[in-house]
Amino acid sequence: MPNRQTPSRGILARPLAAVVALGAFLALFVLAGPASPASAACDGTAIPKTMSGVLVNSADDGAPVPGVAITVTNCDGVEFEGETDESGAFTIDFEAGIGPVTVALDPETLPDGVDMRDGASTTNTLTGSLTELNTTFLIGPDGRNVETKWDRVAGLVYSGLLFGLILAMAALGLSMVFGTTGLTNFAHGELVTFGAMAAFFVSTGIPLPFTDNDISLPFIWAVPAVVVLALGFGWLQNTVLWQPLRKRGVGLIAAMIVSIGLQFFLRNVYAYLTGSRTETYQDYYTPQGKDAFGLFTYTDRDIAIAVTCIVVLTVVLLVLQFTRIGRATRAVSDNPALAAATGINVDRVISLVWIVGTALAALSGVFLGFTLGVTYQIGQLVLLLLFAACCVGGLGSVWGALLGALIIGVLIDLSTLVIPSDLKNAGALLLLIVILLVRPQGLLGRRERVG
Amino acid sequence: MDLITTPLHDAFAPVAISYVLAAMGLNIHYGYTGLLNFGQAAFAAAGSYAMAVTIVSFGVPFIPAILLGLAASVVLSLVMGVPTLRLRADYLAIVTIAVAEILRLLFSTSFKKYFHARDGVSGFTGTFRSWNPFKDMEGTFLSFSANDLWVMVVGWIIVALVSTLVFLLMRSPWGRVLKSIREDEDAVRSLGKNVYGYKMQALVLGGMIGAMGGFVGALGLASVQPDTFNTDFTFIAFTMLILGGAARVLSPAVGAVLFWGVLSFMSVALSELSDIVPGDLLDSNRIGNIRFAVVGLVLMLLMIYRPQGLFGDRKEIAIDAR
Repeated sequence: MPNRQTPSRGILARPLAAVVALGAFLALFVLAGPASPASAACDGTAIPKTMSGVLVNSADDGAPVPGVAITVTNCDGVEFEGETDESGAFTIDFEAGIGPVTVALDPETLPDGVDMRDGASTTNTLTGSLTELNTTFLIGPDGRNVETKWDRVAGLVYSGLLFGLILAMAALGLSMVFGTTGLTNFAHGELVTFGAMAAFFVSTGIPLPFTDNDISLPFIWAVPAVVVLALGFGWLQNTVLWQPLRKRGVGLIAAMIVSIGLQFFLRNVYAYLTGSRTETYQDYYTPQGKDAFGLFTYTDRDIAIAVTCIVVLTVVLLVLQFTRIGRATRAVSDNPALAAATGINVDRVISLVWIVGTALAALSGVFLGFTLGVTYQIGQLVLLLLFAACCVGGLGSVWGALLGALIIGVLIDLSTLVIPSDLKNAGALLLLIVILLVRPQGLLGRRERVG
Repeated sequence: MDLITTPLHDAFAPVAISYVLAAMGLNIHYGYTGLLNFGQAAFAAAGSYAMAVTIVSFGVPFIPAILLGLAASVVLSLVMGVPTLRLRADYLAIVTIAVAEILRLLFSTSFKKYFHARDGVSGFTGTFRSWNPFKDMEGTFLSFSANDLWVMVVGWIIVALVSTLVFLLMRSPWGRVLKSIREDEDAVRSLGKNVYGYKMQALVLGGMIGAMGGFVGALGLASVQPDTFNTDFTFIAFTMLILGGAARVLSPAVGAVLFWGVLSFMSVALSELSDIVPGDLLDSNRIGNIRFAVVGLVLMLLMIYRPQGLFGDRKEIAIDAR
C-alpha cells in the first residue's frame, strides 16, 4: 500500500515573534525537565562535580531569593545539601558517576511572600556527563510577554495575502486551462512542483556530464531561467500530450483521468530525483525579519516575492484584457465553437494557454519552495487549494482565480486562530464545498448550469 | 524464485483485497452509474475507523462494530450525496476529493484520544483472530502468516459475494436504470425515474463496498492509519478499475490482482537490478518511485489508447461529462 508521508509542517511560516516565544517556552521546559526520581545506580567511578544555579523572583523584578535549601541527590541516592546565598546563587559540590542527578528545592524554606510559579516543578532531573551542572527553578509569576490571539491577526492576514498572491499565479493558469478546454487539470500541482524543483537544481548546481563541474546560477538568475524552462515544459506537455488528445477528441472525463495519471507520473519522477528528501534553496533561505509598525514581521524576500507576483499578475491580466491574443483567449473561454467561427485559431490559443499556464504555475512553485521546502509533495499540498481558489472565485474566470486565491490564502492562515494549524487546509476545502453548494458558479463566475 | 512467489503473494494479499473491494465500489459509482467519485478513500476510512474506534475505545463486539462501520459509510454517502449529486461530473469529483481530504486531515489531527493521530488505531483484531481456523498454517502457503491467510479467506469470500450481488443487481431492472443514467440522465428523467434517488442508492451501495475494503485492509494490517486513505488510495483503485475495464463485474478483481502482481514483480526485479546499478540510483525508496511513475504512465496510456481496459466494452463506459 503506498503509505506516503504527508508532511505535517504548516503551509506558511508563523510570524517570527511566535517562533521566538515558542523557542523560549521550549527552552524553559527543557531546563525545568520532567521530574522523576533517580533510581538507577551510577555507572563508572564517582568523580567530583558541582551543581550551581541562581534563584530569582520574577514577582519582585528579578530579586535574588536567599536562604533556600537545595538538595542534590546523585544516582546512587546519596544526598548533598546546600543553600542559596545573598545573591540567590547556590553551588553544591557532590560526587557522582554516570547517571541521572536530581536537584530538589525545599519549598518550605522559601521566604514569606515568595512562591513557586504555578505548575513549576521543585525537582529537576539532569542527565549527561558534564562535571559542572546548572539548573533553574521558576519562582514568581510568568512575566514573559504573552501573545494574544488578536496580536496575531495582522501577521496572519499578511502571511495569508502573500501566500494567496503566490497561489494566484498557479490558480490563474489552472483557471485559464479550464476556461479554454474545460479540463480540470489534476496535474497542475505538479507543474507548481516543477518550478520548485527546477529552481533548486538550477540554483544549487546540475552536474555537467563528462566533467567534474556543476552548472549553477545565482538564485536571482535561476528564477527567470526556471520560467524559460517552464515555458518549454509547457510546450512539450502540450505538444506531446494534450494537443494529440484534443485532436483525437478524447472526452473531458477521460482527459481528467489522463491528468491524474500525469500527476502520478510527475510526482514520482520528482521524488526519484530528490530521493524523497525535502531540500532547501541555498540563497535567501532565512532572511532577516523586519518589524512593520509592530503589527507583523516581514522580510525583504517577502517583498520581492510579492512585487514579482503583483507585476506578473498585472501583466497577464493586462494582456488578457487589451491585446489581440488576450481577447482571443477570452473568446475561446466563452465559446470555442463561436471563436473558431470568427477565425480565431482555437488550437493555437489553447497551446499558448498551456505554455503560459505552466510558466505561471512554475513561478509560484519557485516561491512556494521557500515556505514549503523543495519537496515532491508541494503539488499534492497545493492542488486542492488551487481547486478551492478557482471554484471560490469562479471556474474559468480570471479575476475569480485571483480573488479566490487571495481569499483562500487569508482564510487558511486566519483559520489557525480557531482550529489547529494541521487542520487549516480543511477550512479551505470546506469553503470550496460550501461555495459549490450555494453558488456553484463561484463568486465572480457566470451563471451556468452545473447540475 | 522470488520473481514468481513474491508477486503471487502480493497479488492476493489482504492489501490487494482491500483495493479490489474499493475498486468494486468505484465500479458501481463510475462504471455503472457514471458518478465520478474521487473520494472512495473516505468511505474506506469512515468504515474502518468506525469499526476500529468502536472496538478499541467503546468495547463494542466485533460484529456490531462491522455493522457500525457500514452504517458510518452510509451516513457519509448521504452527507456527501445529498448536496453534490445534482452537480456536474467534474464538480462532483472535486467535492468528493475535498471531502476525502477533510476526513483524512480530521483523522490525523483531531480527537487524538480516539484516532491517535498519525499512529492510527490498533488493537481491534483480537476477536477476529480468535476465530482463525488456520492457526497452525503459519508460513506454509506462499509464506503468508496465519492471520493473513484467515483475512484472505474471509476477504476473497466477501469479494465473491459482492461480485455475485453486483452481477445480480446489474441484471435487474434497478441495474438497467443505473446504466441508463450513465448513458443519458435526461432521458431517464423523462421516463419518470427519480434519477437523484437512484444515484444516491448507487453511492450508498458503492460506499458500503468501499467500507468493506477498509475493513479487510484494516484487519490485514492490524491498524488503521489516516495516511493510508490519501487521494492516492482512490486513484490507485481507479487505475485498477480502468485496467480491468469499467462496468464489468469481475474487472476490479482482475485489475487489482494484475496491478499488485505487476507492481510487486517490478519491485523484485528492480531490487535484483540494484546490485548491478551503481550508487543509490535504485534504493528502496526510488524503486517505489519508479513503480508508481509507471503506474501513472500506464493509467495515461490506458485512458488514451484503451479506455475500456482489458475486458470492458468501449460502448459501455461513461467517458463524457457534458
